[in-house]
Amino acid sequence: MKTLATRIIFFMALGLTSIESTYAENIQTVKISYITQQQKVPPALSNLDAFIQNKGMMGAKIAINDNNTTGQFTGQKFELNTIIVPVDGDVVHVFKQQVTADISFVISNLPVQQLKQLADLDLAKDKLFFDATTIDDELRNSQCRNNVLHLLPSRAMRADALAQYMMKKRWSKWFLVTGMTRQDQLYGQALKRAANRFGIKIVAEKQWTHTYDARRTASSDVPVFTQGVDYDVLVVADEQGLFGEYFEYRTWIPRPVIGTQGLVATAWHKTHEQWGAVQMQNRFKMLAGRRMQEQDYAAYLAARSIGEAVVRTKSNQMQTVKDYLMGNEFALQGYKGKPLSFRAWNGQLRQPVLLAAARSLVATAPIEGFLHPKTDLDTLGFDFPESSCNRKGGSGNMPPPVAENVDAEDIKAKVEKVIQQLTDYYNTQWK
Amino acid sequence: MKPIFLSCALLIEQLSIAAQAETVIVTLEKDNALAIVDPSEGKLIKTVDIGQRPRGIALGPENKYLYVAVSDDNEIKIIDAESYKLVGQLPSGEDPETFALSPAGGRLYVSNEDDHLVTVIDVKAKKAIAQIKVGIEPEGIAVSNDNKWVASASETTNMVHWIDIKTNQIVDNTLVDARPRAVSFTADNAQLWVTSEMAGTLTILDVATKKPIKKIKLNIAGLSADKIQPVGVVIDRERRWGYVAIGPANRVAVINAQTLEVEKFLLVGQRVWNLAFSPDQKRLYTTNGRSNDVSIIDLENYEVVKSVAVGRFPWGIVSKP
Repeated sequence: MKTLATRIIFFMALGLTSIESTYAENIQTVKISYITQQQKVPPALSNLDAFIQNKGMMGAKIAINDNNTTGQFTGQKFELNTIIVPVDGDVVHVFKQQVTADISFVISNLPVQQLKQLADLDLAKDKLFFDATTIDDELRNSQCRNNVLHLLPSRAMRADALAQYMMKKRWSKWFLVTGMTRQDQLYGQALKRAANRFGIKIVAEKQWTHTYDARRTASSDVPVFTQGVDYDVLVVADEQGLFGEYFEYRTWIPRPVIGTQGLVATAWHKTHEQWGAVQMQNRFKMLAGRRMQEQDYAAYLAARSIGEAVVRTKSNQMQTVKDYLMGNEFALQGYKGKPLSFRAWNGQLRQPVLLAAARSLVATAPIEGFLHPKTDLDTLGFDFPESSCNRKGGSGNMPPPVAENVDAEDIKAKVEKVIQQLTDYYNTQWK
Repeated sequence: MKPIFLSCALLIEQLSIAAQAETVIVTLEKDNALAIVDPSEGKLIKTVDIGQRPRGIALGPENKYLYVAVSDDNEIKIIDAESYKLVGQLPSGEDPETFALSPAGGRLYVSNEDDHLVTVIDVKAKKAIAQIKVGIEPEGIAVSNDNKWVASASETTNMVHWIDIKTNQIVDNTLVDARPRAVSFTADNAQLWVTSEMAGTLTILDVATKKPIKKIKLNIAGLSADKIQPVGVVIDRERRWGYVAIGPANRVAVINAQTLEVEKFLLVGQRVWNLAFSPDQKRLYTTNGRSNDVSIIDLENYEVVKSVAVGRFPWGIVSKP
C-alpha cells in the first residue's frame, strides 16, 4: 500500500482528464436526511477501541458520493442533510423542524423507541425510513412499520447464523450466559429461538449479575461460574460488552466462546476482504480515517439503495422508489458475494451474516447445506410464514422458487423410471 | 482398474492427436506465479514466479510478450512469452487488476479500482499518458478491434463508459444491471457483451447506438438465483457462439450469438471466472478459482474433457500456439 502522498503526486503528475457532464441542464435532485442523536460515552471494559461518535454517518456520506458519481452520468443529484440532535435534545421536535416536506428519504441512526415515534408522525406518512442501527426483532415483527426498512441483520438473523455454524461443527450443547440489560435478554431469546430451530440443546443458562466485590475478579469468578456442567461452547449475550470478554480462557473447562464476544455474528467486520470488500474497506478508511463499523455499512447500504432505485426508475418520488426497492428487480451489491434485497413481509434487508473472530473471518452464513426453497438467505431470521408483521404487500416480492423451469411431472417420471430399473436389477440379481 | 486406466490413456492419446501444440498460461493469484499448461497433454508443465497477486493477463501482438497485472506490486509486468523472463514493467497506478491491450499493442488501458480511474499507458515509452475519471470501482475493460472504443465497466456505478480512443474522453455511458464485471466486443465490433454479477444477467449492447439489444437472465434449474453470478465472457470470431463463466454456479453458459438465446450449460470447476479460446477456437479454457484447476472444454462436442490442477486461485488465462 502506497501512502496517500505518493498517490496524490502520481495523479498530479499526470493531470486528470475530467468528465464532461452531458446532462447538465435538467438535474433531478434527491434529498435525503440522515438523523442521529449524540450519545454519552458508555462505560467500557477497555479503552482499546475508542468510542466512535459518528458511527453510520461516514457510510452515508460515501454512498452519497458514489450515487453522485453515477448521478453525473444520469443527470441526478443526491443531497444529504445531516441532523445531529444534541444529547438532551428532543428528536421529534428537531425532526419536525428540519425534515421538510421535500425530503422523502430518512436514514435513521436512532434507537427503537425514537424511530417508532418518528415513523408514526403524520408528516412521516409520505417518507421512507431506512433504519441503519436497530437489530430489534419486534420492530420487524409485531411492531413493524410500513414506512421503515431495516438494513442491519436482526438479532434472530445473527443467532441463526451462529447456530448454523455450530451445527456444522456439531457443537450442539450450549452454555448460555446473558447480561442484565433488556438488549441482552432479547439477544438471549434470539439465541434460544435459534437453538430450538436448528436442534441445539441449551444445557445450562445463567445470568451474569455484576455483583461488585473487591475480593472477586474475572479470573476467580468465571471458573466457579462455569463449573459443574459439560457443554460444547459458551454462548454469551452481552451487547454492550461489559463482561463477555471475561469468559475466553477463563472457563472451568476449555471451551470456545461465541455470541456477542469471541466468535461474533455481524453485518460487517474489519477482517472481511472477499467479494470486493477490500475495496470498500480501503475506500472507507481513506475517507473516514478509521475502520468501517457495521452501522457505517448499514447507512452506506441505505443511501446506495436509494441511489440504485432512483437511477433505475429515473424518479425521486417516494412511492416509485419504494415499489422498486420492494420488487423483484432490485439487486444491491453489498460486497458479500450475493445480491441483497428487501424482504417484502417485514422490510428487512436479506443478506449474508459474517461470523468473525478478532482477527479472522471464520465463516459466512447461510452456511452451505442450509437450504431454502426460495433463497438460502431466508434461512436466517424470521421467514415469511413465521413473521407477525402485517405489512402491506406481504408476500409481494417473494423471490422466484428454485428450479421454476423444472417440470414436476417430468421429475416424477424420471424417478419412477429409476425405481423401476433398480427393482428390475434386484429382481435379476437375487432370484 | 485396468480398463479404466486403458480408456484414460486412450483418451489422452486421442486428445493429443486432436490438439496442436499450444500453451495455456494462467495467473495464480495466491501462488504469486504463472502456471504454464500443455492443454494437449492436459498437464501442468511448470510454474514461474511473477510477483505478488497476479491477476489480469494479455498476450501481445505476434505472441511475443505477455502482460501481467501484478496487483500488490502495483505494476504491469512484461514477460517474454517463450522464456517467461521479465523484460520490463509498466506504471499501472495502484492495484491493477484488469486491463486491455489495443489491437496493435501500442496502448494499454488499466482499471484502477480504488481510485476510480482508467490509466492509459504508452507501451513503447512505458509511460502513463492519461487518466480518465470513470465510475466507482472500474473493473471490466475492453478495446474494440477497430481501435475506436474502450469500454470500461464500473462495478458500483453500474455503468459502461464509452471512451473515444482518439480523445481519451468519455463520450457516452450506458446503465447496465448490478455489478458489471466483464465486457467483450464481438470481432465485428458491432456488439459489446456485458455480464452483471449481482443481477445474474448478460446484456448485449449495440456499439453504434450504445443501447441494449437484449438482456439475458441466466437461470439454471436447481440453483437459486443468488448463485448465478456471471463474470468472464468471450465470443467466437464468427459471432456464432458466446460463452459466459458463471462463478459460483460452476458452469459455463453456451449462448447462440445469432439468436441470443442460452443453448446449454456446461459443468466445470468451482467458481469459474475467466475464459480463453484455444488459438483455433476449437477449445475453451476456464479458470476455476476455488477448485484450483483449469477445465478444458471441447467446443466441437460441448464436452468438458479434462481438468488440470494448476495451483492456488487461478485467475486470468490466455493461450498461444
